[in-house]
Amino acid sequence: MNVTPDLDARFREVALREGLVDVRYDIVDSPIGSLFVAATEQGLARIHFRPDGQEEALARIFGVRVLRSALDDVRRELNEYFDGTRTSFDLPIDLRVAPFHAEVLRELALVPYGRTETYGALAAKVGRPRAARAVGTVMNRNPIPIVLPCHRIVGANGSLTGYAGGLDVKRRLLELEGATLL
Amino acid sequence: MMGNVATEPIPPFERFYVAHRDEVLGYLRRLLGQRAEDAWQETFLRALRAYDRLEHGRHLRAWVFTIATNVAMDDLRARPQPQPDGEPSVELRRDAFRDLEHLTGDLPPTERAAVVLRYGYDLAYVQIADALGSSEEAARAAASSGVRRLRRTHERHA
Repeated sequence: MNVTPDLDARFREVALREGLVDVRYDIVDSPIGSLFVAATEQGLARIHFRPDGQEEALARIFGVRVLRSALDDVRRELNEYFDGTRTSFDLPIDLRVAPFHAEVLRELALVPYGRTETYGALAAKVGRPRAARAVGTVMNRNPIPIVLPCHRIVGANGSLTGYAGGLDVKRRLLELEGATLL
Repeated sequence: MMGNVATEPIPPFERFYVAHRDEVLGYLRRLLGQRAEDAWQETFLRALRAYDRLEHGRHLRAWVFTIATNVAMDDLRARPQPQPDGEPSVELRRDAFRDLEHLTGDLPPTERAAVVLRYGYDLAYVQIADALGSSEEAARAAASSGVRRLRRTHERHA
């Protein structure tokens, strides 16, 4: 006896409307592969490049009431970004990270589309010019890549250095944005 | 192998829901027929409302059957219910249940739930008792009474 898509959709809709969900998630197709996106009532909370098994991580961080459901605004803005018609995101963000991480990520969000910045320069902007390595750690743990554009942060010599989604993805995002690469 | 209470984590609701949504709908259809869909939605909404207060992830299948039974009973109790027959308990073999299953719709609600949980979903009497909000003896008596009633109906139709 299988639950019909209609009945299933109705349940998910009522569950959300009644505020019974800690965190919802969706899988969004993109030119760089499937993206796992998750949001709380406060806003976008996670983007992962590898969708498998992320539900458990969400449950640990946000609560066990994890439900899959379409995140239309997130999907639309990501689609527009990958189509090249969107250069900044308007999505509300739910950032649950330590204060230093929050400070660095807020500064990161200001790095313009199509431009790159070095780890050291970003460290200097938060008043910690010698903390390039710590900034690297913040980039490495960025909970919302693409929207918080850690792909725009590169090594002092212009090398791409590293990226959670792989260096190839970092390169493709910068190329999409028309950034000058060494 | 049974996990330790402390180490049996509560799965994300999505996994619990996907694992049980179909069989719970099947169960409610057996109890309520066409009215099953509303009861099914109510069952999972009740489960979701209580989900963040669970202390561990054990026995979630029996737990959701308990909720579904409560929802179904609320619906079924609006109708008259004959008393159990008070005779000694009987058990059915699985294959024998398959021959009688189509007749469960004529059973009184408690007997119907007890029989379907026992023979359709293989729950233990202690879990059926939880689902029915009764003692284990009462759950066993309800299932027995239901089985005898099914056999009588079957013989009449045979």
